[in-house]
Amino acid sequence: MKAVNTITPSVDGKGLMMGRKGYTDDYAEKNSLIIKIMRSPHPFARIKLIDTKRARQLAGVELVLTYRDFPRVPFTRAGQGYPEPSPHDKFVLDEYVRYVGDEVCAVAAISEEICEEALRLVEVEYEVLEPLLDFETALDNSQIIHPEPEIHEMFPTGFAPKRNQAAAYRMEVGDVETALKGCDVAIKETFYTQAQAHMMLEPHTANARIDYQNRLVIYSSTQTPFHIRRIISQALGIPLAKIRVIKPRVGGGFGGKQALHGEMFVSYVTYKTGKPSKIVFSRKEVFESTYSRHPMRITMRMGATKTGMIKAIDCHILSDTGAYGEHALTVFMVAGSKVLPLYNKVAAVRFGGEVVYTNHTPAGAFRGYGAIQGNFALESAIDILAEKLGMDPILLREMNMMREGETSPIFAIMGEGTEGTAMIMDTCKLDYCLKRGKELIGWERKYPRYDETREKVKAVGMAIAMQGSGIPYIDMGAATIKLNDDGCYNLMVGATEIGQGSDTILTQIAAEELQTTVAKVIVYSSDTDLTPFDTGAYASSTTFVSGNAVLNTARKLKQAMIVEAARILGTEETKIGFDGDMFRDSLSHKEISLKDLSNQITYSHEQKQLSVTASYVGHKSPPPFMAGFVDLEIDKETFEIKILDYVSVVDCGTTINPKLAQGQVEGAIVQGLGMTLFEEVKYTAKGKLVSSDMLNYMVPTRVDINNLTTEFANSYEESGPFGAKSVGEIGIDTPPAAVGNAIHNALGIRMTALPFTPERIYRQMLIKERVEK
Amino acid sequence: MKVNLLINNEWRAFHVEAGEYLADTLRRNDFLSVRRGCDTTSCGVCTVLLDGKPVPSCSILTVAVDNHEVTTIEGIQKEADKLSDHFGREGADQCGFCNPALALTVYAMKKELKNPSDQEIREYLVGNLCRCTGYIGQEKAIRSYLEDLS
Repeated sequence: MKAVNTITPSVDGKGLMMGRKGYTDDYAEKNSLIIKIMRSPHPFARIKLIDTKRARQLAGVELVLTYRDFPRVPFTRAGQGYPEPSPHDKFVLDEYVRYVGDEVCAVAAISEEICEEALRLVEVEYEVLEPLLDFETALDNSQIIHPEPEIHEMFPTGFAPKRNQAAAYRMEVGDVETALKGCDVAIKETFYTQAQAHMMLEPHTANARIDYQNRLVIYSSTQTPFHIRRIISQALGIPLAKIRVIKPRVGGGFGGKQALHGEMFVSYVTYKTGKPSKIVFSRKEVFESTYSRHPMRITMRMGATKTGMIKAIDCHILSDTGAYGEHALTVFMVAGSKVLPLYNKVAAVRFGGEVVYTNHTPAGAFRGYGAIQGNFALESAIDILAEKLGMDPILLREMNMMREGETSPIFAIMGEGTEGTAMIMDTCKLDYCLKRGKELIGWERKYPRYDETREKVKAVGMAIAMQGSGIPYIDMGAATIKLNDDGCYNLMVGATEIGQGSDTILTQIAAEELQTTVAKVIVYSSDTDLTPFDTGAYASSTTFVSGNAVLNTARKLKQAMIVEAARILGTEETKIGFDGDMFRDSLSHKEISLKDLSNQITYSHEQKQLSVTASYVGHKSPPPFMAGFVDLEIDKETFEIKILDYVSVVDCGTTINPKLAQGQVEGAIVQGLGMTLFEEVKYTAKGKLVSSDMLNYMVPTRVDINNLTTEFANSYEESGPFGAKSVGEIGIDTPPAAVGNAIHNALGIRMTALPFTPERIYRQMLIKERVEK
Repeated sequence: MKVNLLINNEWRAFHVEAGEYLADTLRRNDFLSVRRGCDTTSCGVCTVLLDGKPVPSCSILTVAVDNHEVTTIEGIQKEADKLSDHFGREGADQCGFCNPALALTVYAMKKELKNPSDQEIREYLVGNLCRCTGYIGQEKAIRSYLEDLS
């Protein structure tokens, strides 16, 4: 392999560092109307009266929009395929506001200052309602967050809004209660995970204009341009053919830009007025009014024989989706479906729970997508079980974990909102990942703790994880490759580059199959007019799904070029060999270069354009696997944690671009460490967001990370492009459990609630001391 | 109000409002490499060099820098080009939103610190947040850029 699995600089890194124009707001029209949203100061209220007259009369104000301006069409902003597994429970604007930051009204005006002045002139009278802020009391609470009759689910998802239930699910393999009763050792623990903010550096933004064909053209910082086109068409009643969505360079997403946030407003304002418009979210709005991670309460029961064979796992989850049910069912299901198969030798496994509405900022897609929450509970429980068995926690894992060639019944049962897909693990190098990780971290020497002094203690901890590679039978990617007149190619993909490197790795895949160099493949991503469809950048789908689409396309184009070469050389296609530069007849030794061929078929010899479009939909979702090991130091007086090293050994099949794959893993590890140690979306007792700026919401900085050690297992997944599986999310899953296990190894306390702040650790130490007395 | 800036070695006059921030003046005048990320001087993506020192342009009033020198990434293209080669080799550029600002800060650090330790580099650059890379790849790239005497 020449173009893939080699160190290749990203195709766009240089231009971006040199400051070239490229992000959404760089393309906003200079004369755009500015859109500002008035946001609810109450966590739950009904708008009794809204008077926009004075605002509308203000010079420079173009539109003031309230719920009365929009048709009563419920939709979901989730940015998923169709039909969506998320309930249609949102209106562009509504008479009810359901969290602090929910949209009350929107103003479009010629300047930001006039927008703000106009918003001050809008008079709103609220009927303030008692908010529901504790997700553990939401189910069947007398206060109902979504009483409106129009909302609905697209297919059965457990949607029961009268119970404040956005979704529910349960499944059981075997008989868990009987299996648990038959176990020598059983444990039960309840874990809590918090909301986390994505905090991509580019805030959400979108802008729109009407082009000279009278079509609506939207630039958006999005992960899902094709879903945006569909959802705008459905919710605003604009014909799909009238809409073009362009995704330029995106400054980070992590799931936070899968959904629609400003797109509805720029579309409506521009379609209505004919004038260009734009919306740029303030950082406060990004925190308060986009998405965060679903907080969960996870109860794990687990039982084993005294020799350490795990026989039963029972997992119940209560998930908080906030004010709207975006990704409610699917994130919650992934907390089981991409977690529980890790231990596939059980006699019985049960998974179930509910996703409830509260008056918090809505939760949505976020890297890991439930797997990080589920992994924290499962991999902490495994260490608890190992301790009770008096066994080495790594040995317990080795005895019970998924191996290559094996499967789990869960794959067939649990999909994303629907039934799943049975599959065998054709690649699973977990055993190698564990062994190599142990060596790299120095486990034998350091476990459970080392270098203990009066003030400090160092310790190690670990966890294993799995994710997926797209959603089988749902996620589809497509590509077009066009041959140019000097033998270089255009690669047009619907796949959405958001900074993760997809343009680069898809270029590498095309170059590999066409036996050329990355420099000769010109990539362009995500424009609903110009590129073929792709579901978008989510669910770890791009390398596997979109990558296979590019591979299929390149194969077909190569065949089409060989047909042309045979025609020009007057020979048979089957005799033609192609090495990337020359087409040669193996018998007659007649040959033509790609350069000459492309020139001739463009200008002089039965001219035609060679261009091929092909697509791919997965029939399986081969999971990447990893083992994560943390080496940390705890101050025994302040309980501050210092991460000394984090070792990741990852099986993601072939790494199409080893350095970019490493960047995906390491970026995710640090994002996971942030969630583990201090990141937390916090509210006041009255439901107002406290962590609404970067001073109150901390993410890891350079000084927080001492070292990361990242390696990849030698692995080749036959169903993936050149042996690759996906790698975007897997890195985020292990830090909570690995760090929790290391804290236990250091101090003998079990952390069951994230994040592991010094205060929480201290509290556990006090409890431990009280028990010991 | 009229403000004169020596921007990327060229004197230019800008008409600005009294309360206008430098980041907004620059963006309005098509210096699109200068971006806003946080509104609280926390993230570093608005960094420009003011008389050679990195500053957050989102919190500096344009009128306060009348007759000063401002450098954006367009003013250090050769260095950005070179630094990006090192980032490319380490796979350290992801979304790129923060990269021009980071490159300006690295350039200022290179002039200011002689043979900085890893810890000094981390501390100098701590105000340039990155949510994508996990920092270690960037650090390797920056270290190799500093050692590149070509």
